[in-house]
Amino acid sequence: MTQTLDGAAVPAVDWPADPVEAARRIGAEVAAPTAASVDAESRFPQETVDAMGAAGLLQLLVPPESGGPGGDLRQAMRAVAEIGRHDASAGMILAMHLIQVACLVRHGTSPALRELTAAVGSRPLLLASATTEAGVGGDVRTSMCAVETEGGRFRLSKKAMVISYGEYAHGVLATARRDPDADASDQVFVACLPPGLRLEPIGDWDVLGFRGTRSLGFQLDAEGPADLVFPDPYAVISSHTMLPTAHLLWSSLWSAMAGAAVDRAAAFTRAGARSNPAAAASSTRLAHLVIRQQRLDALVRDAATQYAAVSDDVQATSSVGFTLAMNSLKVAASNEVAEIVTDALRICGMAGYREGGPYSMGRLLRDAQGAALMVSNERILRNNAELLLVHKGLS
Amino acid sequence: MSTEEQIRDVLAQHASLAVDATTVSAHDNLYSLGMTSHASVRVMLALEDAFDVEIPDSYLRKETFESVASIGELLRAICPVAS
Repeated sequence: MTQTLDGAAVPAVDWPADPVEAARRIGAEVAAPTAASVDAESRFPQETVDAMGAAGLLQLLVPPESGGPGGDLRQAMRAVAEIGRHDASAGMILAMHLIQVACLVRHGTSPALRELTAAVGSRPLLLASATTEAGVGGDVRTSMCAVETEGGRFRLSKKAMVISYGEYAHGVLATARRDPDADASDQVFVACLPPGLRLEPIGDWDVLGFRGTRSLGFQLDAEGPADLVFPDPYAVISSHTMLPTAHLLWSSLWSAMAGAAVDRAAAFTRAGARSNPAAAASSTRLAHLVIRQQRLDALVRDAATQYAAVSDDVQATSSVGFTLAMNSLKVAASNEVAEIVTDALRICGMAGYREGGPYSMGRLLRDAQGAALMVSNERILRNNAELLLVHKGLS
Repeated sequence: MSTEEQIRDVLAQHASLAVDATTVSAHDNLYSLGMTSHASVRVMLALEDAFDVEIPDSYLRKETFESVASIGELLRAICPVAS
């Protein structure tokens, strides 16, 4: 914890007239020049997160009645893309924070959670999430740890495999069993806040990509008022808000990363065309790549439209058809970003293989590999394979 | 066997409940009793087999399978012989 929820250390915010434009400016002016050192040092992108906070991007999804600007998910997707095309780690941090805010805004109906929403609306606080747990084999829909409630207070102790940017967050939303007698799948969601929150890091974060997310494991110990436990079951929060919001924000980020790779391949091709126009025009590799990028963009936009149509309908978002569609989006977009970046590297050749320089593809290539692993595509495909045994209409 | 008995039979075999499916009350929430989404798919398949029906997509949502009573309503809606 670098700051606490009392907000003493955090400045007030002026809403930007256009949050996407603000993200574009921060992406170019702050994220782009710091991305290489964030990656090389595997450090938190403090400069970019501070700039996003100062511009109100962390509050984007908080409605006006809770003090926020009331931005919608599509604006959030575009803001994440604008940051992420320059620094995928910073874009992922914004995405993960906004996923928590979306859950809080929609499902945080108790007095203490309403208060938290107002706090997030009034100043740039960063929320993290603890959905994974040692011993459950990566299945975020089951928990071993349980909330214990006594005298209007809750207590929770959880060994979280991963809490991205946990060291820098002002609060952590965690999954747990409803009570010590509850089944593993009977989960609740609970906001763990200072001063009742202790996080002890477990291990280190030295990985292939998304190095700036600082996604260490933590021993989480928390206590607080019992109404920091969300009234809705986690199953409802997940299907109605967290899963679609996460898959849409991540996919938007991945599409932007793929776009950054295509931009480099296009710039490389144009530069080559100056010395040898005939050879550059006869190569169709870039034209093929642009088709794939266009297809990925369309996939993400279409899924956003699908969610917008049902996002207020708890029943529709829990349907098998909708779950299949949102799962397919995640798998398709995460596979596609890795392939598009790889193809862009082939176009740039040695100029892309080299670290540094305008065509370097190294960091993008490493970050892109993370997309298929975070919530494993294999697991999602197994879920979909199972759902397809009962789902009939695919149109 | 009555429809409700058949439902409980399917639940006993496929729902992986933490309790005995025959003792669950008609409105108890099966998800709270330990039925995972994986188990609920097995329950759907077993219901299709037991009642020789295809459950239409419009019923494939969490609420439909949350209790013995809600599954009974589903079957009465789509299966002429269920009572």
